[in-house]
Amino acid sequence: MAFLELINVHKSFGASVAVENFNLAVERGEFVSFLGPSGCGKTTTLRMIAGFEKPTAGRIIIDGVDVTDTPPNRRNIGMVFQSYALFPNMTVAENIGFGLKIARRPADEIRARVEELLRIIHMSEFGRRYPHQLSGGQQQRVALARALAIQPKVLLLDEPLSALDAKIRASLRQEIREIQRQLGITTIYVTHDQEEAMALSDRIVVMSRGRIEQIGTPFEVYNFPATRFVASFVGTLNLLQAMVVDAAIGLLTVEGQPIRVARPLPQHRSGDAISLAIRPELIALDGQMNGEVNRLSGTVEDVTFLGSIVRVRVRLSANKLHFDLFNNPQLRPPQPGSSIAVQFAPEACLVLGEDASPAHSMSASAAQAA
Amino acid sequence: MLKRFWPWFWFIIGATYFLVPLYATFDFSLRARRGELSFAAYANVLNDIKFVESFWFSFQTALATIVISALVIVPTAYWVQLRMPRLRPVIEFFTLLPFVVPAVVLVFSLARTYNRTPLTDSREGLWVLLVGSYVILSFPYMYRAVDTGLRAINIHDLTEAAQSLGAGWFTILARVIFPNVYTALLSGAFITFAIVMGEFTIAALLAQPAFGPYMNRLASSKVYEPSALAIISFALTWAAIAAMQWIGRGAQARIAGPR
Repeated sequence: MAFLELINVHKSFGASVAVENFNLAVERGEFVSFLGPSGCGKTTTLRMIAGFEKPTAGRIIIDGVDVTDTPPNRRNIGMVFQSYALFPNMTVAENIGFGLKIARRPADEIRARVEELLRIIHMSEFGRRYPHQLSGGQQQRVALARALAIQPKVLLLDEPLSALDAKIRASLRQEIREIQRQLGITTIYVTHDQEEAMALSDRIVVMSRGRIEQIGTPFEVYNFPATRFVASFVGTLNLLQAMVVDAAIGLLTVEGQPIRVARPLPQHRSGDAISLAIRPELIALDGQMNGEVNRLSGTVEDVTFLGSIVRVRVRLSANKLHFDLFNNPQLRPPQPGSSIAVQFAPEACLVLGEDASPAHSMSASAAQAA
Repeated sequence: MLKRFWPWFWFIIGATYFLVPLYATFDFSLRARRGELSFAAYANVLNDIKFVESFWFSFQTALATIVISALVIVPTAYWVQLRMPRLRPVIEFFTLLPFVVPAVVLVFSLARTYNRTPLTDSREGLWVLLVGSYVILSFPYMYRAVDTGLRAINIHDLTEAAQSLGAGWFTILARVIFPNVYTALLSGAFITFAIVMGEFTIAALLAQPAFGPYMNRLASSKVYEPSALAIISFALTWAAIAAMQWIGRGAQARIAGPR
């Protein structure tokens, strides 16, 4: 039995449906992220786990106990907010010890636990400071320590890094993951930042319009998106309009140039127009790949230098695609206006289904190749 | 140069408006003895036991009013902001009522409503009625101050953070909300204190030995002593407010930083 279970959870606000038929089983010690755009229902789901919102229907079970009707202060759940929500009238140490004080733990135990957590978040010398005397990153570390102090069954983080600058976000992200692994605490993390979700999570729940689009490891979600939404939301994609030539052998054309996908397309017939998705990193300059490859020719439209990589945009005719090259000071990048040919493996082609319906995922061989 | 001139100009105009009458009252209070300046009027006032009694009575009444107002208004304003934000215009309308309903009407309504109950049949009961009336009078000042204070902090997240840490409603109010609206509460308390110390109508109609009726009685029977009393009450009220601010300075410093 899973440690945290959401069974057919549904939440409506009047006529508006925020979360629909949400089913999820999280194992003890697992780190799961809810990923999706604003208004997709990820925070509402998190708040239902915390007890701040009551599901319209469905059950929430934590460690075998049905907590659907349990008030938030009796769920033993740690929560970290985007706004930090530190108590301004209390010092850092008092903030961290607040939950233990409420639980009437002995003063010695509270002191020891606060010191331990201050050590874990590398802020031992900050115990006597007030929240307004700390930076945003420090405040969020204190908020994390405060949530962990009560040894919660589940740790919930609601976009905890959104208010921080990029550099602190990256380092704190790493710190959160290390602490979570160290303590082995079951964690649910809400974010709209796919990179954050990928870097942190054991599994990602991709959500859109109150529904789960896909649940999977970062590798699965990125490489084998289950729906058109996931494919377009997670990572960067080239979307090409193609026409089926021979569905039985997966032969297509893109603006008259033949290409092949890795497996047959039994749902399609010759002459069908379909959408094809290719990740930029799976495209290379012509001549750099071995084996069976697809080849497309076009004109370089734009070249963007992004530091470690150079992003090249190629216009075919109606279609455009872009791909990345590693920066090499010794090699001159392609010049705008010049002709260019690119190649990619048939396994790199993802045939997208209709909106919200499962796409025909990439073949198993693509998974192995990746 | 001109930039500095105008702020000072308006400051001096404002200060003159307030200080000239105060100085005139002070000057007049020193002329109790013909041909010399003396503190005779002050000595007369301070030697009057009724002065000490009435001031102490009003001081206690003011403190009781502040405590009860805080206990009623902070949870109300908090709950309205947290759970019933749509009720805010309604509550704001109620806060204006003490300005619209004259004190005479208020006290007669209360006396009529609670007639033949312990509230009107005993001295203690009348004092409770007096404090209750003052709580109503202070409602606009206290509510608006607390409401502004609550808006300055993220009460939703603070409440949920406290709840997730196991706190119940009483703990949240006592240990998270009250300390964080302390400064706002203090500013409402200052106004309430000043109002109660000088209030005449309700105290007189409820036959209470308050400072307001004492000042009025003195003004109708003496010449220089009322001026001395005005200066003394002014100084004492300011001293009391300064003491309250001094007591609350720690909390203000703690939560004064950026959030």
